[in-house]
Amino acid sequence: MIRVLLAIALVLLLGGAARAERLIVSVSNHRVTVTPNYSGEELVLFGSVEKDATTPADRTAYDLVVTVMGPRADMVTRRKERTFGIWINTDYRQFLQVPSYLALFANRPFDAITSPEIARRQQIGLNNVLLTQRVGGDYADVVPHDVFRSAFIRLRTQRGLYREDSSAVTFLTPTLFRTGIPLPGEVPIGTYQVEIKLFANGAFIGKTDTAFEIVKVGFEQFVANSARHNGLLYGLATVAMALMTGWMASIVFRKD
Amino acid sequence: MQLYLPIADLPVNVFLVLAMGAAVGFVSGMFGIGGGFLMTPLLIFIGITPAVAVASVASHIAASSFSGALSYWRRRAIDPALATVLLCGGVTGTALGVWAFTQLRALGQLDLMIALSYVVLLTTVGGLMFYEGLRALMRTRRGALPPRRTHNWIHGLPLKMRFKRSKIYLSVIPVVVVGIAIGFIGAIMGIGGGFILVPVMIYLLRVPTSTVIGTSMVLTLVTMLFATMLHAVTNHLVDAVLALILMVGGVTGAQFGARAGQKIRGEQLRLLLGLLILSVGIRFAIELVIQPSDLFTIRELGVSG
Repeated sequence: MIRVLLAIALVLLLGGAARAERLIVSVSNHRVTVTPNYSGEELVLFGSVEKDATTPADRTAYDLVVTVMGPRADMVTRRKERTFGIWINTDYRQFLQVPSYLALFANRPFDAITSPEIARRQQIGLNNVLLTQRVGGDYADVVPHDVFRSAFIRLRTQRGLYREDSSAVTFLTPTLFRTGIPLPGEVPIGTYQVEIKLFANGAFIGKTDTAFEIVKVGFEQFVANSARHNGLLYGLATVAMALMTGWMASIVFRKD
Repeated sequence: MQLYLPIADLPVNVFLVLAMGAAVGFVSGMFGIGGGFLMTPLLIFIGITPAVAVASVASHIAASSFSGALSYWRRRAIDPALATVLLCGGVTGTALGVWAFTQLRALGQLDLMIALSYVVLLTTVGGLMFYEGLRALMRTRRGALPPRRTHNWIHGLPLKMRFKRSKIYLSVIPVVVVGIAIGFIGAIMGIGGGFILVPVMIYLLRVPTSTVIGTSMVLTLVTMLFATMLHAVTNHLVDAVLALILMVGGVTGAQFGARAGQKIRGEQLRLLLGLLILSVGIRFAIELVIQPSDLFTIRELGVSG
């Protein structure tokens, strides 16, 4: 809490006069560590909108859209169909370099913040985020109602990895805001990009970005690294562990 | 208590996994089988990807079969010569199985292959065991003698070898073939194959009951150790933390299961095991035939950056 307050104070102290509005943001924790008892976490993003002399006087209310994107990965969505009486995977679409975690937060409904045209251009809302698909030899994002795209978003949302919440951002004062970033337990490891877009009267007036990372530390990191880089040694260690456990059990439960 | 699994990349409840290990261990100790065919589906059910589940269960079966094999060895219920010949086939079969596993994973049909092999194997083996157990039970009830063991075509094959402790004189060809088949199936499905190997050895190879379970445990142990190594080296999917929790639960449960198993008569035990295998098989069959609640699935092809 003290860290959050200090950072807010820092945010308030800073502030220059380069453009009409300036966004100053910070995340409560730039490095989330995954330890054996990790089961999800919630980060807090806070910041303020700094006005200067060139800011038009009629601009009093601002709207914000925060986009959090996890490390990108290729994913495949498959559809089951009934073939010879059983359900098997038939058709599929490959999603290229899509965020493994994606969250969109705003202070009010996306369609109230800006026009559909700007929302599409600025990728506001899960329906407007670019998710590149490979369809045969073509690379394109398709219409939002595409069955594979909507199934993909639905499944990711069910696992808590994709989410949109148009009431998550709260303005503490007309210029000071905060939002929570919930991270589920099975969150992907890697670097997360956070983009904050500022709107006023339906117009996009600026953005800034920050980042945080989720890393495995200590034991988790050791195990994951050895599994990936020293497969042979890791395998031998697992085998030794299995033999030890089996041997111990036969000693402990020996009946003579 | 939640614990984060470093390879499966998700937190699980330690006590839930321990309890699952103990329950499966109990069943495996009772029937003298590895129990992988129960463990793998349970892990998939709690959200672990099939690939990680299959790879991690291999080391769990290795632990429980080692503890079993040790006690059978003390009772001189293992035929070393028969085990060695089976192993030659088993190791080859496992290598082929892990290779096929990698190929199928790339094709996206691994889940289907696993489900299909479960259905075919479990319903056949379970059905046969159930039928045989039922017949044996009827026979003892009528007070009739079991039929005399007769030689079949397998005993006419060349390359014969004398297996002293089992007191049989048998060609090595069917033994190696059985080893290859069990190793292959085990690596693909994440099962030890004990539940197939034991009936095959009894009915097809005519190995006496006294050495069957111990010898099959040696094969299970070595193929599963080998499968663990291969999965660790090629697919990097063995979750050692998950495996350790399963092992601790499994070996403990197995000891109590073995004690419970000694109180039940042989035919009834076979009948029960047949019923258990059959019901797991039918469950898989139903899952393939009825419409799944969600037609779509997602698989990550690897995170970059």
